[in-house]
This record gives sequence, C-alpha cells and structure tokens, in this order.
Amino acid sequence: MSDRDIKKATRHVNQNEGLIFERSSPGKKAYRLAPLDVPAIDPRKLLGAAVREDLGNMPEVSEMEIIRHFTRMSTWNYAIDLGMYPLGSCTMKYNARVNEVVARLRGLAEAHPYQPERISQGALRIMKTLADCLLDITGMDAITLQPAAGAHGEMTGILLMKAYLSSMGNPRKKILIPDSAHGTNPATAAICGYAVENLKSNAQGMVDISALASQMNEDIAGLMLTNPNTLGIFEHEIAKIADILHQKGGLLYMDGANMNALVGKTRPGDFGVDVMHLNLHKTFSTPHGGGGPGSGPVACKKILERFLPKPTILEKPDGTLGFDYNRPDSVGRVRMFYGNFGMHVRALAYIMANGYDGLRQTTEDAVLNANYIRKMLESDYTLPYNSGSMHEVVFSDQRQAQKGVKTGDIAKRLIDYGFHPYTVSFPLVVPGALMIEPTESESLEELDLFIDAMKAIAREAADDPELVRNAPHSTRVSRLDETAAARKPVLRWKPQAKSVSE
Amino acid sequence: MAYPKDYKYTKEHEWIQVNGNSGTVGITYHAQEALGDIVFVELPKVGTVLESGKSFGTVESVKAVSELFAPVSGKVTAVNDVLNQSPENINKDAHAAWMIKLELSNPAETNALLSADDYQKYVEEEK
Amino acid sequence: MRYLPKSPSDREQMLREIGCKSIDELFEPIPEQYRLYRDLKVPRQMAESEVVDYFRERSETNAAGYAVFLGAGAYHHYRPVVIDSLISRGEFFTAYTPYQPEIAQGTLQAIFEFQTMVCELTGMEVANASMYDGSTGAAEALMMACRVTGRKSAVAARTVHPEYREVIHTYVQHQGLPVAECGYLENGRVDMADLEKKITDDTACVLIQSPNFFGTIEDVAAVADLAHSKGALLAVSIAEALSLGIVRPPTEADIVSMESQSFGVPLGFGGPYAGVLATKEKFVRQMPGRLVGETHDRNGKRGFVLTLATREQHIRREKATSNICTNQALIATMATIYMTVYGREGLKELAGQNLAKAAYAAGEFAKKGKVLFPGAPRFNEFVVQTQEDPHDINNRLLEKRIIGGFTLSKFYPELGNASLWCCTEMNTKGEIDTAAKAVGR
Repeated sequence: MSDRDIKKATRHVNQNEGLIFERSSPGKKAYRLAPLDVPAIDPRKLLGAAVREDLGNMPEVSEMEIIRHFTRMSTWNYAIDLGMYPLGSCTMKYNARVNEVVARLRGLAEAHPYQPERISQGALRIMKTLADCLLDITGMDAITLQPAAGAHGEMTGILLMKAYLSSMGNPRKKILIPDSAHGTNPATAAICGYAVENLKSNAQGMVDISALASQMNEDIAGLMLTNPNTLGIFEHEIAKIADILHQKGGLLYMDGANMNALVGKTRPGDFGVDVMHLNLHKTFSTPHGGGGPGSGPVACKKILERFLPKPTILEKPDGTLGFDYNRPDSVGRVRMFYGNFGMHVRALAYIMANGYDGLRQTTEDAVLNANYIRKMLESDYTLPYNSGSMHEVVFSDQRQAQKGVKTGDIAKRLIDYGFHPYTVSFPLVVPGALMIEPTESESLEELDLFIDAMKAIAREAADDPELVRNAPHSTRVSRLDETAAARKPVLRWKPQAKSVSE
Repeated sequence: MAYPKDYKYTKEHEWIQVNGNSGTVGITYHAQEALGDIVFVELPKVGTVLESGKSFGTVESVKAVSELFAPVSGKVTAVNDVLNQSPENINKDAHAAWMIKLELSNPAETNALLSADDYQKYVEEEK
Repeated sequence: MRYLPKSPSDREQMLREIGCKSIDELFEPIPEQYRLYRDLKVPRQMAESEVVDYFRERSETNAAGYAVFLGAGAYHHYRPVVIDSLISRGEFFTAYTPYQPEIAQGTLQAIFEFQTMVCELTGMEVANASMYDGSTGAAEALMMACRVTGRKSAVAARTVHPEYREVIHTYVQHQGLPVAECGYLENGRVDMADLEKKITDDTACVLIQSPNFFGTIEDVAAVADLAHSKGALLAVSIAEALSLGIVRPPTEADIVSMESQSFGVPLGFGGPYAGVLATKEKFVRQMPGRLVGETHDRNGKRGFVLTLATREQHIRREKATSNICTNQALIATMATIYMTVYGREGLKELAGQNLAKAAYAAGEFAKKGKVLFPGAPRFNEFVVQTQEDPHDINNRLLEKRIIGGFTLSKFYPELGNASLWCCTEMNTKGEIDTAAKAVGR
C-alpha cells in the first residue's frame, strides 16, 4: 500500500487494553467512603430475604487502572476534536468547550428536578430563553423541550398531529413518507399507530407534487418531510406541498435534522410547516457523545399548542417562571421530568456565543462548504441529482462500482486517509450513495485534505481496487466480522468464555 | 447456477418441491446471493395456515431483512429447526436448505408457479 | 464568529471555485418570499466571558449547596471526579455513534462493559446500550412484552413512579394496549389479590418497580410466580440503581428496565439520564435499542461492533422494535466508569451506607410523624405522614438551606399529608436531625 497521498494522518503506536473485568482482582479498590456518621446496621436484618451478598463479576480495580483503561480506549476513537466528520444528515460540528463548563456549574448540575420552583428560577429561565430563541429560529408559535432525541421528537410531533385531528373528529389512518426519508420517520409513524404510505421522489430528487396531490385524501393525517431533504435539496415547492395537505385537512411535519442549512436564512413556520422537531445535538452543537444524549425539542403552530406534552413553562404575573401541569388536552408526558436539561444549557450557550450574525454566518459557511466539495468532486464521482445542494451533497459510487469498489469500501478507505467515513448507502433512493455533510466547522485546509483524499481514492478504485476493497489498513482492528457477531451474538463478557484471541 | 428442474419457483425467489399433496419450501440460490451472509431466519410454527403470496417469515443478513412469501396455500407440517443454529446452511446450499414443509390446501396453485427455466430467465432479466 | 475557521478571503476563494458571485446564489433554491432578511431575535453575539457570566448568574438563582432529601426517581450521590475527567476526553464526548467499528473501539468496548455490568447487577442475560431514561425504558419494556407474548394489554402497579406511568400511558395508548392499575397494601407492596384479578388472558406483562416509588422492596419472586402462572411476563423497573448493591436482583423477571442516573450522572434538573433494558437471551430479538457484540477481525483479533441491527429503525423502518436512534451513550459511559470505581465491594458498601442513613432517618422521623408502610423492607426512601401539610414543613426547612421530601398529595391523595424522603451517603446526621425536628413541630 502506498501512503504517498495520505496527508492528514500518520500511523502511531496506541496502547492495548483488555476488558476491565480482565484487570480485576479481589481486594483492589478505587474508592474510599467517608465514615458512617449514623449507627451501623445489619443489612440481613433490615432486608431479610431481599438482601444481596455478592455482586458477582463486578470489577475490582484501582483508580490508576481506571484512568489508563478508559484513556487508552478513548484513543481508539475518531472524534470531532481530531477532524472532520462528513456524515450526511448527522451534522457533526464543533462542540464548544464553554458549553461543557457552564453545564457543569453547580447550581445547574446539582439541581434536583423536584426542587421547589422558586429555587429553580435559573434553570427555568434557561429553558424559557432557549425556547424563545428556537421559536424565532423556526418561526413557530409554541414549543416543548421535553423530547430526549430526534426520534422522540418525531413521536411527540406526530402525537400532536394525531391529537389535533382527533379533536377535529378523525385521527386518520396513514402518514405519507418520502422514499428518501430517514428510518426513524416510518418507525415513528408506526409507534404512533399510523400506517405508512410511501411517497415517491421525482427526477430532481424532490417530492413529486402530482403524486402527492393524487395520494392525499381524508385518510392521510399528514406528511413527514425533511427539508432540505436527505439529498441536501431544498424542496422549493414546499408551500405548494403544505397547501395540498392543508386543503385536505392534513398537516405538514418537518424533520429538522437538516436545520443547519436554514437557521437565520429561512423559517419553516413561514413556509407552511405545522410542526417540527430540532436536534440540539446536530444543529445546536451539543456533543454526540458516541451515540447520545441528544435532545429533540418540538415546535408547532398555535393550533397544536394545547396538545403539547405537560408540563410547559409558564411566565407568572410577578415575572417568575413555573411549570404548568394543568393542560387537559395534552398528549401527556413523553419523558419524566423536563427533558435533557443539560443539553438545553449547552444549546443556549451555543446560540449566545453565535448571536444572530454568527448563526447566519454558520449556515452560510455550512452551505458554502458542501457546495465547494460538490464542485471539487463532481469530476470524480457521479452526481445522481443535479438540483442545487444546500448543506450536504449526495454522490453515487456508479463509476467506482464498475471496478467492484462500493460506497462502503470508499468510506473505509477514507479512514486510512485520516477521516471518518461519510454516510454510506443512504438515502435509499440513490443506489450506492455517498452522503457528505461537512458542516461549517471545517477550514478550507481540512476541506482540501478531504477532497484530495476522495480524489486519491477514486484513482485507487480505478488502478488498485483491491486496496480499497480491503481498507482500512491502518486501524487497530481490520474489518470486523459482523456476520459472526449477528449469528452467534456475544453481548456480554463472561468469566469462563475465553475470548477469541488478543 | 443450475436451478433444480423438479422444483417450482416464485418471482419472490422462493422454491417449492411438490410431492403429491405435500411441498417443501426454501429460498433460491439467487435470493441468498442477493442477501449475502444470512444470520437469522424466522419461521412459522408447525400448524400455521399459510395463504399463497402472503408473508410467512423473514430472513436476515447483517444489514437487511427480507420477507418470505408462501408459494402456495397450506398448513405447515414441519420446520427446519437446524436453520436456527446454522442459518449459513442457506448460503452453502440454498436448494437443499429447506425451511418449511407444507400440506397443500389447493395443489392447483402450483400451476401458476415458474419452472426452473422460466425462473432462470426471470432472474437474468431482473439483473 | 470564533467557532468558524474561515477568513473572508477563504470564502471569496471558495465562491470563485464554485462559480458564484455571492453566497446568496447558493440560497436561491429557497423561494424568495420565504427568505429571511432580518436578524433572528436571539441574543447578540457574546464573548466567552459573557456566556460564562450569564450561566453563572442563572446558576446562582438556582439552589446550590442545599442539603437535599428528595429522591423520587432522581438521586443525589457523590460523583467520583474521574468520571468527568474521563468523559471530558474529546475522543469520548465528541465522537459519533459507533457505526464504523474500526475507529470506534473505545466507545464500543465501553458499552460492551456497560452491558456486562448491567447484566451482573440485574441478574439478566443481555442488556442494551441504553434507552433515553427509566420512564421511556419502562414503556418500551411493556411494548416489548407484547411482541414477545402476542398479547395486547398490561398491568402496572400503582407504586411504579407516577411519571413513568404517565409516559407509559402516552406511549401505549396508540398501540391499542390498555394498561390496568394494581393497588398496594398497608406494607407498601403490590396487592397480590388485586393483581390476580387484573391479570387476564390477554395480559402480556405485569410491571412493578422495586424499590417502588415509596422505597419499599417488592417480593419480586412472588409477583413473578403469579404473572408466569397466567402466561404473562414480569417487567421490573428500577429507578434507584444503587439499590442493586445490597438488594437481591430481580432474577425472576423477564425484562428489567433500569434508570442508571444514580451511577455517577448529575441530577442536572432531570436530565440527561440513561435508561437501560435488560432481559433473557431468548427475547433479545424483540429488544429495542442498540446492542454491542463481541467479534473478531480478519486477523482474529478481538473487536466489538453494533449488532442485531435488523431490529432497528434504520433497517426495518416501520416494522422496527422501536423508533429509538440516538440513545444516551455518553451517560452509559459515565455509569460504566462509576460502576468500575465502586465495583464489587464498593457498591455494596455504599448501598449499605444508604440503607443505614435511611434507617436512622426513618427512626428519627417516626418519633415525630408516622412512617408508613411498615413490615416490608426499604432501601433509601421512606414515606412520612404528618399532621402538618408537608409544604409548610419544607418551607421552614428551606430557610435552613434544606430541601425536604417529595410531597405525595399530587399523585397519592389517599395518603393525606404524606411525603417521600430519601437519604443517601450525601445526607449527614446533622441534616437528618434538623429535618426530623422540623417534621414534628
């Protein structure tokens, strides 16, 4: 293998580390408790048959070993702090450090959710201020911060639609979902008790207006639409789409996964959206944390407000804030307490650090970066849809596939070049999709390195396809046997089972 | 790939070997190739009544789930439990790794199925 | 803007390469009439110092440094400093979901360890990589039980956290799954006679919480026997995970839904926390959420991957076991570090201290008020009935910078002037004595 073109990354030694259980031995400790200041008790006497004597294989290690264990493991991860994550529809942007600092302020981090409202004014004010900002950003009338993630927000939003339609006399049976949609959309519709009806895209990768008009009827509760859609294309007939739905009494739900293309430039509330969710862990920079936590606020129009999950935040006549539980039409709670408050803190800190001008510049840079990549790579990769790109661009592996190199192989080869792969094989409407979203967080230098890497891989796919097909070559582990993992699942460590080898 | 001449085929890529009133069902070589490494098969219980063309189970690879469709109507008389532990048998020899045996409720339905030659043509056209 | 790594000339150069005169050209796909030409109504751009000051001020108008006797689903435990030190490594907190295992072994191995520890503690065979929290986890447990059994209703104990039950109600009504409620006895435990009446041929699952909302430890084995004798599954919800350090795990359950907040996760005004579902191996394909499994690479080297993904929304779409995608991975990592710090002996010792503190406090409170639900064991919470409205007691305690117990009248009006108190290792004897005195006035 030739490393000639690999500019961003160099191989370096990293440490091996087994499972924590393999380090454990009786008597090692990483804790010391303060002496008990109340009389000691006999657990057996207090608990009787319910007492537990042994905690099985829980580890026994020292503090030093814990630091090394997790630090070593951390070095095996790719992360935003190391470089670009060109993941389409997953907006992986810089996670500002000040957000982490303010989220850990004692009064916020140690606040009990049931502490009295009058000593929770700071937390309530943060939630209220964030809610107000998000309302202006989306152009909507009302909001809940309760949902814990995007899919959870989708569920909340669809339940609002269902409650509204029920109040009009008929909850209806089906939800329309474009074939380019994220998998959570149909899964959400099903959770909410709706059947899913597929809506086909047209040749420009957008909603087929005539198909929509013919499919829309009084059985359909509404449409779940991502805008810009998962091809990175703005649905420019969005107002017409909303009209078609509204004329038949349906509603327009917008999946806000791609809001990073719109903030400060246009507002869903202005172009006909009735209800939408935001992903604070995408657009508003709260860290992805290796898969979560997220936060999925749901904003809606006035007609849906009375159905919002309880409690909502209420401004009292004396200017203090409180929770309003007296909401007889509410769809109910979707989560205990008030949502992922720690993420609300971070998102507000992000908005404040940006201000209105920074948010607008952020959106412009995100769109600029995607279009730059599109321009620089369109000679090397096939562009299946010619419509203008917003914050992400989707190529297909059509040319490379002729040599037997698939999108998944190109993605794995990117790892050798020091990048995280883009989103592979999604959206489903593009065979062999390469979905690339750079976000605003990438400098011109990093973008050029990425473009160089993609061009080099395109050359390799033509000249040495085997090299690409077997990538990555530089990681701790080579491609892992996912088939074996799924056929005979090993989902936990066990003391007797000697593992494969190390 | 040679498709056994004494089997009948569906456009959903199942095969059935009919013997009087009983039939043995599996998926074709082409189906397993399209799916890739099969990791799990979900099959009905003995006694389940199947309707021609309706789903009777699923077959899964690491990243795809595919439904199984009954080639004909009938009652399940046997299920190949070996596939629970060794789904890879389908990849090894799809035309031997049967999934269920059926007691046909309407043997005339088999007339609508594809012959080996027709199926082979169908598969080639689909590519 | 300080997060944006571009100079004006970079932007000009890029626009030139693209062939655009101005950035506005790139926004032309948005119809003119919907473009926003005013500034958003959000705060102006602030210096980092101003951002810190803003939140510091908000933090100061929140209670800080108060003694807390609230539990009720969110527990105040000491957080070893190594947790924040480790999860603050960018490689953990700025990493994406580990879909690319070659460059995500750190997250994957940590979650595999989490799954293992949850199994050890709960007595279950498999555990997933996390759910949003204990409340949504309990709802997912019920829906999972319906998939396993093919039955279409459930019974939940009234002693399950009231907010969990509200969340369950929100979820299951749209699945056509009625959930009956089962009462409790004088000792705080599930009323078995009532439960027996409520279980029907169509009951997929009985859901209890142990320790329950009153802090009482349920007789899990007895409830399991009853549920199983009627062909239903038993799901056990655990809101106070630390109880597992000294309370026998619910091994008779079929599904355990646990809130992991007690394991090193800040109270944080209610979130983010992390739920987790654990179950028997035979039900794994009906489980919601991500799972990490062990495998090997081409050279036979051990490694970890997300597995059994065909259950999930990105593959099975509307037929998925759940719509969950983003979970609480970083919080699960926190919990893993916490469980490692205390480990086999420490969790037991710490749980023992909680038990001792609550036992002492209940003894002191009993001198002035009535401690309800005698005759069944408790962990670190107990219910006190008082002459006085608990709000008044709490208001007096607030002046002493003590946050009193959780007033139960909203959810359990039948208990009158009752409140739920929690004592952890964080509550000193002095605080307990002060609180106990206030109760009896």
